[in-house]
Order: sequence, then structure tokens, then C-alpha cells
Amino acid sequence: MTDWTREREARDARIAAGRAFADGKVVARESAKALLEVIIRPGDRVCLEGDNQKQADLLAEALARVDPDKVHDLHMVQSGIVLPAHLDVFDRKIARRLDYAYSGPQAGRIAKMLFGGQIALGAVHTYLELFARYFVDLTPQVALIAAVSADREGNLYTGPNTEDTPTVVEATTFKNGLVVAQVNEIVDRVPRVDIPGDRVHFVVDARKPFYVEPLFTRDPGAITETQILTAMLAIRGIYAEYGVQRLNHGIGFNTAAIELLLPTYGERLGLKGKIATRWALNPHPTLIPAIESGWVQQIHCFGSEVGMDDYIRARSDIFFTGPDGSLRSNRAFCQTAGLYACDMFIGSTLQIDLEGHSSTVTTSRIAGFGGAPNMGSDARGRRHPSAAWLQAGREADPDRAPALRRGRKLVVQIGETFGEKNVPLFVEQLDALALAEKLDLDLAPVMVYADDVTHIVTEEGIANLLLCRSRDEREQAIRGVAGYTDVGRGRDAGMVRRLRERGVIRRPEDLDIDPLDADRSMLAARSIKELVQWSGGLYRPPSQFRNW
Amino acid sequence: MERLSFLHKAERRAGGRRPMAIVGVVASGNLEVLVERVLPSTECVVEIATTAHGFGEVWRAVVADFVERRSPGGLKFSINDGGARPDTVALRLAQGARTIEIDTL
Repeated sequence: MTDWTREREARDARIAAGRAFADGKVVARESAKALLEVIIRPGDRVCLEGDNQKQADLLAEALARVDPDKVHDLHMVQSGIVLPAHLDVFDRKIARRLDYAYSGPQAGRIAKMLFGGQIALGAVHTYLELFARYFVDLTPQVALIAAVSADREGNLYTGPNTEDTPTVVEATTFKNGLVVAQVNEIVDRVPRVDIPGDRVHFVVDARKPFYVEPLFTRDPGAITETQILTAMLAIRGIYAEYGVQRLNHGIGFNTAAIELLLPTYGERLGLKGKIATRWALNPHPTLIPAIESGWVQQIHCFGSEVGMDDYIRARSDIFFTGPDGSLRSNRAFCQTAGLYACDMFIGSTLQIDLEGHSSTVTTSRIAGFGGAPNMGSDARGRRHPSAAWLQAGREADPDRAPALRRGRKLVVQIGETFGEKNVPLFVEQLDALALAEKLDLDLAPVMVYADDVTHIVTEEGIANLLLCRSRDEREQAIRGVAGYTDVGRGRDAGMVRRLRERGVIRRPEDLDIDPLDADRSMLAARSIKELVQWSGGLYRPPSQFRNW
Repeated sequence: MERLSFLHKAERRAGGRRPMAIVGVVASGNLEVLVERVLPSTECVVEIATTAHGFGEVWRAVVADFVERRSPGGLKFSINDGGARPDTVALRLAQGARTIEIDTL
């Protein structure tokens, strides 16, 4: 006789064991480690919630302290390797296998541990891809999540930083898994129910806020004139050229400069209402001047941003907010929005090769992907047209019958030819290839594949790869905007001249960009303090960004 | 301090009538450019004093592209460089050529 309910029975047994440390569902923070030791079994798949923003930090530290004789060989399936504790569980042999998406702050240490063999790596994913696998072959047996508050029934308020939580809980609870939430406080009544209590099995009273990284805050004071020049190129040569209304921005200074040029340079060009009106984007503080100037109609967010909560609350016509008034973010939905409903992704990277592949991996640092490869890819399942999407498709494939021609998402890489510490952006070969060889990976960790990239923007100009008709043209288009890097100086001057005549390469002077406009006075805000002023005092930057 | 000098033929005379312009600042990673309208209208000279040694070939390439793209005939550029990256150098040269074209600022 087949037993079809073994998973449910196993979960019930774990819950029963955990009750020894709980008052109803509520567990004191001091008992978190003991709770985890009885509800997690060796070999479990465990999702420890944490991405590039919010962190279930108390539960991460508790897991890193469990007895490895009791809990071992875990398979961690989580968005972010961000806190030291996320890697301590591998050092202490509590966990063995890892499938994840993002590891920015731990990029150096995770590289060492992968090289040293302490971590058996499944794959590095995009967020949406990892979420998808939660429902197919990486379903967690236990999820350790973070929320702002809970009532005694386990109803959770995840608040502005809801982010991954609904997805993690959905995959875990409805497949016989067990959910433990750390909460900042226990309350009689939560401000709104983000996660219904019957999906949550234990609530740990952390008595302190969970950690959130202000990853999307860029100080306008650090934006350079070269970055302003790249931003003007992008606005004129791509946003205006294709009439891009729906988009996502990366987190770099070049795109922050674009945000700050919309109400000044964009206004002067008469582009208000014609570009950049609808966004899949975190609440970037540098977008405040554009919002206040009436450029932006709507923004859906992956997560929140430290200090932006009151501003968002006061701008509910722009942001998605709950009945309590605060932001409701959702990473899975926002990633889906970025994939299917945005016509452009524009972001920075660390290395671009001669075909146009790009990567943020270097020989000693593995930062993972996060969402960029998903944002920065053409959705092959897309079927709705838009002017920008159709125009890009026409440029890529002018001879095909229009009714049978796919459009193309605009996938733009933007940066200066020399990055931080004068490291060239353009390389003959990505470090990601050497890494794949060293770790014996089937796939090199490529952030954006060459066949998805449509444009590369540097201070030297725009390379429109949609218009390239051969491998040679593509390479020379890239070399043609690579400036005075070795790759740039290796260009074929005659071919680059012909590509420029065809508009494959467009220089600032081809787009009527006056180099005298590449000045910091063109930025709508030149400091964090001016962002606060634009917000009418509603934006409250974290202390590390306050210098007044 | 390394001194470099490049002489180029320019296609056209630079526009405007201003005799002189200055852009940029002397600072680390930045540069000051003095532009003077003192040469025959088909010539352009760029003289560089730089704290960063051994970048002569990069300077040669940056200056050659600049003259080809902007055709700054009749202008002499004197650069006081604090170790600026090529992108900053190219931008300042372009700004210098633009500034001297504008008769009233």
C-alpha cells in the first residue's frame, strides 16, 4: 500500500518537535538555534531568505550556530549569499550544496570557498530562474524568512521590503514544507496581512529590525562628467530614438545620471511624457527629481530602499501600496514585469568581450547575477507589440515580412571605457571563461549574452549591434566605442569610419551633443541633500549617505 | 613632469573669433586646457605637461582622434595634466574647442 502523505506527516512531526520551544507559534530569539536543530533534518533543502536587499539575519546567525552533528549536509537554495553567516554554514559543514543568485558583498570569500571545494555548487541563477526552480526541482523543506511584524496567529506584515517572501512561502508551505519567520516585533494586529498565518509555522521574536542593504542609493556627488556624457548619449541616441516608455535601470552611476538628467536635459529636448514613464524599478532616490517633475507615471518595485518609505507612502499614485499605505514590493512579479512588459534594460557591467558578452565575474570575485540576466534578455515568449520593440526588431531583421517578425527588447550596456582603478571595460576574453575552467563548470557565468545585447554606450559613442550584419562588423562596432583601451586601439579605422557612416556607431557630435553640456550643473540634484530637498523632506537617507 | 607635443593638419579653421579660452582644472585625475587662436588656420598644436609618465602613445591616439573629429584649425592647446584618464582628456579637449567657438559666454 503506497503512502501518499509522507511529506505531510514528516512536516507535522517537525512541527510537533518544534513546539517544545514555542508558546503557540511564537519562539523567543534565544531559542532560535534549538528550534532549528529539531525542525531541520540532515540533507534538507533550506531557503534562508535574503537577497541583495533584505536579510533574515537573526535566523542566518542561528543556523550558523547549530550543532553540525545534528544538522548537516544541507542544500541551501536561496537568492543571496550576502551575510558572513551565509558562508559560515559551509565552513562549519552544516551545509554542503548551494544553488543561488547573488553574492555581491561575499564575492571574494565565496570565490575562495568554491575554489577550495567547501561548497558544492549547483548553479548561479537569476532571481526569477531560482524562483521557478522552487516550484519544480529545488522546493525547500524549510524556509527561514523575515517580516516586519506578526500577530500570535502567525499573520505576517512584510511591509515595504516584501521582496521574495511571498514566493518562498508559496513554494514551501504548499508543498509540505515548514516556514519559520523572524519578525521585528509581535503585535496584536498587523498593519496588513502580507502572508496569511496558516502558511507560517513558527514566528521568532527578533526584537530588532531585520537588516536591509541600501544597494540602490547612488550619491549624485560622485557622478562624473564622463558619466553625464554617456547619459546624454543614451537619452538622445536610444531613449528618444526608440521612444522608450517602459524600462528598467541597473544600479550604476551612469543610469543614476540618466535619472537626474530627465528633468533638465530631457526637458530641454522636449521628451517629457514621451520616454521613461513606466518602470520596473526599485525606489531609486535619484529618480525623485523626475517623479517630482511629473515625468513618471508608475513604478513597480522588486524591493524597497532604505529611507524611501515615507516618500513612497506620500506618492501612492506612482507606487504600489497596501491598504496601510506602505509600499508592497514583490521581486518575482517585478522580475516578470521587467522581462515581459519592459522595452528596455540598461545597466553597467565590468567586462565586455569582442562579441558583446558581458560579465561581472573577475578571477577572484564571483558576484553572482541577481536579476540582470533576466532584465537584460529578450523574452522569446513575448507577443504584444510596442513601437520601441517593433523598431528594434526591424533594425535587426529588415527583410522579414513585418507580420512574422519578432520585435526585440533593447538591452543596453553602458559604462566608461575605463572603469574603477582604470581597469578597461573591454577585454579580448572574459575572466568568466577562466573561472568556468577552474571550477569545471558547464557554463561560464555570463551576465548578458552577446545575442541579447542591442547597444553598447560609452563616452566614445553608441554601438548599435542590431545593425551589424556580420561577426566582423560586430567586433569593429564594439572596438569603435572602446576608446583608448587596448581593444579600442586595435580597431580597423576604415571599417569603423564606414560603420559610423551607416549609423552603426554614433559619436556625441553625430547626435548634436554639446560637450559643454557634460557638466555637473546639468544634474537635477548634485548631492544627497538636494534629493532630500526635492522630496520635501520625505526622503530620509541612511547615515552613511549624510554628510551635512 | 613629462612634456609631449603633437602637430596636426586640420581640415577647417575652428569657428568663432575668440582669441583664447580655458576649461578644466588642475587637480588629480583632471586637467586644465588653455586654448589659443595663434596658428595658421590649417594647423593644430597640442602641448602636454603631465605628471603621469609613459602614456605618450595614448596621448598621440587621443589627440589624433580629436583633431579628426573636431577639426580645430588655427588652435594651440596647452594642457596641464594631473593624470586624467583618456575619457576626461577627450572631453576637455572637445570642451576647449567648443568654448573658443562661442563668441559670448
